[in-house]
Amino acid sequence: MQTYDLEANGLRGLNAALQELNGSSDKTAWEIVNPKGSHAIAVGLNSPAEVTIKGSTGYYCAGMNQQATVTVKGSVGPGVAENMMSGTVIVEGDASQYAGATGQGGLLVIKGNASSRCGISMKGIDIVVHGNIGHMCAFMGQAGNLVVLGDAGDALGDSCYEARFFVRGSVKSLGADCIEKEMRPEHIEVLKDLLARAGADAKPEEFKRYGSARKLYNFDVDNAQAY
Amino acid sequence: MCGIVGLFLKDKSLEPKLGDMLTDMLITMTDRGPDSAGIAIYGANSDGRTKLTVQSDKPGEAFGGLDSALAEALGGEVSIRVIDTHAVLNLPAGKEEEARTALAELRPGLRVMSAGEAIEIYKEVGLPEKVAERFDVRGMSGTHGIGHTRMATESAVTTEGAHPFSTGLDQCLVHNGSLSNHNSLRRRLQREGVRIESQNDTEVGAAYLTWKMQNGATLGEALEGTLEDLDGFFNFVVGTKDGFGVVRDPIACKPAVMAETDQYVAFGSEYRALVNLPGIEDAKVWEPEPATVYFWNH
Amino acid sequence: MDSNNIPRTVPIQSATFSNPINAEIRRAAASGIYDIRGGGAKRRVPHFDDLLFLGASVSRYPLEGYREKCETKVTLGTRFAKKPIELDIPITIAGMSFGALSGPAKEALGRGASAAGTSTTTGDGGMTPEERGHSSKLVYQYLPSRYGMNPDDLRKADAIEVVVGQGAKPGGGGMLLGQKISDRVAQMRCLPKGIDQRSACRHPDWTGPDDLEIKILELREITDWQVPIYVKVGGTRPYYDTALAVKAGADVVVLDGMQGGTAATQDVFIEHVGLPTLACIRPAVQALQDLGMHREVQLVVSGGIRTGADVAKALALGADAVAIGTAALIALGDNDPKWESEYQKLGTTTGAYDDWHEGKDPAGITTQDAELMKRLDPIDAGRRLRNYLKVMTLEAQTIARACGHNHLHNLEPEDLCALTMEAAAMARVPLAGTDWYPGKAGF
Repeated sequence: MQTYDLEANGLRGLNAALQELNGSSDKTAWEIVNPKGSHAIAVGLNSPAEVTIKGSTGYYCAGMNQQATVTVKGSVGPGVAENMMSGTVIVEGDASQYAGATGQGGLLVIKGNASSRCGISMKGIDIVVHGNIGHMCAFMGQAGNLVVLGDAGDALGDSCYEARFFVRGSVKSLGADCIEKEMRPEHIEVLKDLLARAGADAKPEEFKRYGSARKLYNFDVDNAQAY
Repeated sequence: MCGIVGLFLKDKSLEPKLGDMLTDMLITMTDRGPDSAGIAIYGANSDGRTKLTVQSDKPGEAFGGLDSALAEALGGEVSIRVIDTHAVLNLPAGKEEEARTALAELRPGLRVMSAGEAIEIYKEVGLPEKVAERFDVRGMSGTHGIGHTRMATESAVTTEGAHPFSTGLDQCLVHNGSLSNHNSLRRRLQREGVRIESQNDTEVGAAYLTWKMQNGATLGEALEGTLEDLDGFFNFVVGTKDGFGVVRDPIACKPAVMAETDQYVAFGSEYRALVNLPGIEDAKVWEPEPATVYFWNH
Repeated sequence: MDSNNIPRTVPIQSATFSNPINAEIRRAAASGIYDIRGGGAKRRVPHFDDLLFLGASVSRYPLEGYREKCETKVTLGTRFAKKPIELDIPITIAGMSFGALSGPAKEALGRGASAAGTSTTTGDGGMTPEERGHSSKLVYQYLPSRYGMNPDDLRKADAIEVVVGQGAKPGGGGMLLGQKISDRVAQMRCLPKGIDQRSACRHPDWTGPDDLEIKILELREITDWQVPIYVKVGGTRPYYDTALAVKAGADVVVLDGMQGGTAATQDVFIEHVGLPTLACIRPAVQALQDLGMHREVQLVVSGGIRTGADVAKALALGADAVAIGTAALIALGDNDPKWESEYQKLGTTTGAYDDWHEGKDPAGITTQDAELMKRLDPIDAGRRLRNYLKVMTLEAQTIARACGHNHLHNLEPEDLCALTMEAAAMARVPLAGTDWYPGKAGF
């Protein structure tokens, strides 16, 4: 286990040391202390490193992650795990807006609440939020799964493509072209697996599924008010 | 485009440290706003008298003998406390408008930053750390305060363009975002006789609140009105003599974090601004909802 | 009176309701959708053609061609990057996506640019191996849609261009209609095949310059502070946008005027939003000068650059380099008269073809159709682009030498005069034969 004091030693040294491991298959363990809300912590990793951040972070923590497991023992600022490709990011506290934005793979787990635009433009990432999510989540979501154990805010899944949303609680409102869909056995299976991997104590049967009505896929003047 | 910090104390024992805590918070927001910085501090009550904070680019000329000149003009006791480019004039109660008129004649270049029983506003061009140093903000005590670091978007980097903007007696406003209808709203407010001095979008927001309240709205109602009448992106933090409020636009893209404990309510554009507050680890931390007015009162 | 003897009025076409306008009204009424097309503004706006150079004679001395050198090299990204981009010529290839263009067309751009010693740029949809392989200097666009966005490709790039806007549609996103979303494009962009692809107008995870500063920090941290970060904006409020890009930490500002092209967007956007390129440059340079950053943060100007004269004029007004898009496509073979009969079949004609979004380009450039794209030989087309870039450079050098300069960067606004009041005002250079331009103090 390597310990890195971010306040004392600076961001560049940390990311340089973590990125030095890129391409290696060693599972090294790192502990980052004194993050103090700093931005761009543990970004651009591409090795199976296990990084634990003891405290809260600023913008873009674990941005563009590949392979690594990053755990934040605190809350995260905007854009946690943005454009993640693979690996796992676990946030023990809350997440600010844009959590998992444009993520293409991997698993993002938020144990608290996520605010607005969680999963915006998601492209294959799986996101599990134990608490609630804010407004405009999964806007233009293309692929992947967004699982919410709590409630969803306004305009869930607005203008979405093929991303799937599973919400256990209430949905304040659905966005343009997003509808409730039938929960079929294959969805139960997907959900069961995600809940297990996210350490979430909930039954798949308690969730409702939402996704694209596919009415905006090709332009139709009768849908013009949605544009 | 900017950084905002705010601190509303519930625990009186923290009051002597208000300036110190706000300064730390302000400096963390330097990257968001390196052009200018400002702070509104709600300090000791002036026993019913009015405090007028004024600024001059030539403080030596402007402030010399100003207390006696103004005392003569107003026919009452006036004291002055000079802090760098700013000075706080202590006037008899209810003399604020008279004093403004007198000052315009006595010291034409002088700018009034704020007026009220508790509020003092200090703002200047430069890095937040330097601005805080010039005014020794660390040494200030008070019940609540709001700070702002500015990255100018479409108006000049000047003292007038710096935040906070005064919106009326003991009221102030800071803003992060960019308003898109401030020009037409400025013209409308000016036709209504509202005083607006800069081309800054935030000053229009401030003037709008003043105008609404002059027409009978409470601060809460005036803030609700911004959701209808202002177009664009905004986070507003406002201060009153004994209160502290927050509102975000309905799209709510610009960042905002709040924290509350038994000792205080705090606002930061980023969590970084809050990390050194006492007990932050166990505070309730959340992001204000879009199109929702939050308000705390003493 | 004999009514047969009264002369009749001749038919007069309305200038307001012209035939093209009426055709558009009928088209809208029949289809219920706004007109979407490719390219840039087609209307006439004040442009570089309205400026002339003042060559040297007695008061100044020209340089001899051939013998007396006129340098053309430019380095972009000197502010923070460990590895700035060094180019042989100040003419770069603007961002155009794989998807909008065919694979062979992207390859040809890479070949031509590399042979001329300059850079090319990716576009919406990510980086293809063909493009990376054939481009010696490749700028990776970081766009609101983040289609195909990949940290591995990010690290392969020689520079990163954060696209905030483009001249054809500042403030807007895009719309690629279904016909062109081929299997490969759909896969790269993670979209269902055949659907309309909507592109966002704002980035998904930041808004405004204060956030942009943090986004730039993240990009630098991921790429080890090696490569320059460009910020591209559409020309609308160039003074403020340039100043804010600099404050947010950009190494290079790319400023795209309204004549700059796009793969597909609403015609109303292309023709009615934004500033002519000519009007963008001086305010942007002013912003850089006010911040003490002119030549520290480089300015790349694009939108309607066609000739070496345009290059020289943009540089004289203060740009460090230019970028070309539409002109490069024409050099490759776009809108070539040899396809006239096919343009006719599509209801258009050589020079007017702009339905790039439909994927039926007879020249095989703006298409994903396997048969059509075979028409473009990337080696030949790359050679044509190289030739064209060389000619433009020679032209710019010819002008610079005539003005007495040993480097293109020594061209200055005082080398220019304007033919029209509009151009004089926009470029802030005197009307020809006077020492006055509109807005100049003291007159």
